[in-house]
Amino acid sequence: MAQLIQGNTGQWEIVIGMEVHAQVTCNSKLFSGASTAFGAEPNTQVSLVDAAMPGMLPVLNEYVVEQAIRTGLGLNSQINNMSVFERKNYFYPDLPQGYQISQFQHPIVGTGTIEIDLPDGTLKEIGITRLHLEQDAGKSMHDQHPSKSFVDLNRSGCALMEIVSEPDIRGPEEAAAYLSKLRMILRYLGTCDGNMDEGSMRADVNISMRRPGEPYGIRAEIKNVNSVKAVQQAIEYEAQRQIEILEDGGEVVQETRLWDPAKGVTRSMRSKEEAHDYRYFPDPDLLPLHVSNDQIENIRKTLPELPDQKKHRFMNDYSLSLYDASVLIAERKRADFFEAVANDNDAKLAANWVINELLGILNKNDKSLEDSPISAEQLAGLIKLISDDTISGKIAKDVFAIMYETGDDADKIVEEKGLKQVTDTGAIEAIVDTIIAANPDNVAKYQGGKDKLFGFFVGQVMKETQGKANPAVVNKLLKEKLG
Amino acid sequence: MSMDINTVHKVARLAALDIDDAGAEKIAPQLSNILGFIEQLSEVNTEGVEPLANVVDIELALRKDEITDGDCREKVLANAPEETQGFFVVPKVVEQES
Repeated sequence: MAQLIQGNTGQWEIVIGMEVHAQVTCNSKLFSGASTAFGAEPNTQVSLVDAAMPGMLPVLNEYVVEQAIRTGLGLNSQINNMSVFERKNYFYPDLPQGYQISQFQHPIVGTGTIEIDLPDGTLKEIGITRLHLEQDAGKSMHDQHPSKSFVDLNRSGCALMEIVSEPDIRGPEEAAAYLSKLRMILRYLGTCDGNMDEGSMRADVNISMRRPGEPYGIRAEIKNVNSVKAVQQAIEYEAQRQIEILEDGGEVVQETRLWDPAKGVTRSMRSKEEAHDYRYFPDPDLLPLHVSNDQIENIRKTLPELPDQKKHRFMNDYSLSLYDASVLIAERKRADFFEAVANDNDAKLAANWVINELLGILNKNDKSLEDSPISAEQLAGLIKLISDDTISGKIAKDVFAIMYETGDDADKIVEEKGLKQVTDTGAIEAIVDTIIAANPDNVAKYQGGKDKLFGFFVGQVMKETQGKANPAVVNKLLKEKLG
Repeated sequence: MSMDINTVHKVARLAALDIDDAGAEKIAPQLSNILGFIEQLSEVNTEGVEPLANVVDIELALRKDEITDGDCREKVLANAPEETQGFFVVPKVVEQES
């Protein structure tokens, strides 16, 4: 789905690579024992290591290393037995050390690939260049005082995984699909909560334009793109900006630009340019990190079934469509819920009820699956009643609405309200006869060729039985009697 | 290798050091001397030799993922030139618009 953009002088292709910073799910920081919990009072989760007091030494968090390896395995990537922490030097008030401890030449994770699902129902592979571990910086607030900035170091030293993609992404939809899939994988693995609102996942987007088939153009790096929607908007804006420059005979400047969500534009951050000389060198406080193949294999054993594996299994084992499978695997809890409903039930019916009815009404009420008043077992109970012809699909929707309101079981509601389907042919036949006798005009018209009137008779019988007559029996009897 | 005055200014800027032309003129030959001294190392043939991270044969120490530190805001802020409501306060730093 290589999306081309028509300019004034011909077609352009957008080339995108992404760098995603994902905060590692763990209790304490990368190199200190201070807490990583979100939303604490300023500077209360700062150790003297994080505040870069002289003489303080970093000690690596072993669980973070495990999480990085787990993530690398989930991204089908090479895990490096040896990686090195280096210092990336720059000055900023929220970086008390004057350098960020990161990995440069020897990252913990090397190349891999992930599969993305595109809106047109096709799949595409995106290459992963690397994943490395690094420290987060603190947070500056610039809007509290006319001439001062406020600094909170709670986030300083939190562990980040920087995940770098190959320039394989070709447009805003692919970028959105990549970010969504990456987030999904991290959430399945439990290595990052993927909460973009709280800054647990942040994306930088590298964009350049080229004529189809030609070498890559000069790229700009867009920072501060912090939602899937912002990624799409920033790419659309930046692509147009670059095309205008190129078509006017100009050159794109290789630079860092900031996405301004309020104005919907990217703007240059020239102040950053000189700082790009980071003078990396191995951190003398930290030895190289060695991980053995045994360690890696032990972590591999703890991997859950990943989204794409689950997707293909749902399609194969339950005969679901790619669309249904993709919707169900989007969240691990959703997939588990579906499987609990589908257990011993018609899987396609279960998928329909979970996606169209339950997720539909939850979405409408702005609730998540965890808040669902209907449990998986209860929904399975309702579907059983449909499958064994106790109630019709139409009545089931009414029962479902009552279940959602009251939290009661389906069979209790069906019993109490007397909603059981009438399958007794004799009883239905009597009603059919009454209806036919009461509508001689319509009978004549139907027999005269107005086929559409069949629906009228079905409706009348259903009305008479309050929707409880088995539709198949009604159809069969009416066909026989009307001839 | 000799350091010219422009390189001295660039390095100083990256290190956030304020240095004038006179200072740079003075320091350039000193830095050149140091670099020349270090350059002697390149006379040694290191082909096929693995870079040595440490002269002591020990592995990197790791710690458990436990909260053992933090919650010491007063100590953290003790050297702050200015603070308010638990924040460090610094002269305003914002990305310049071009």
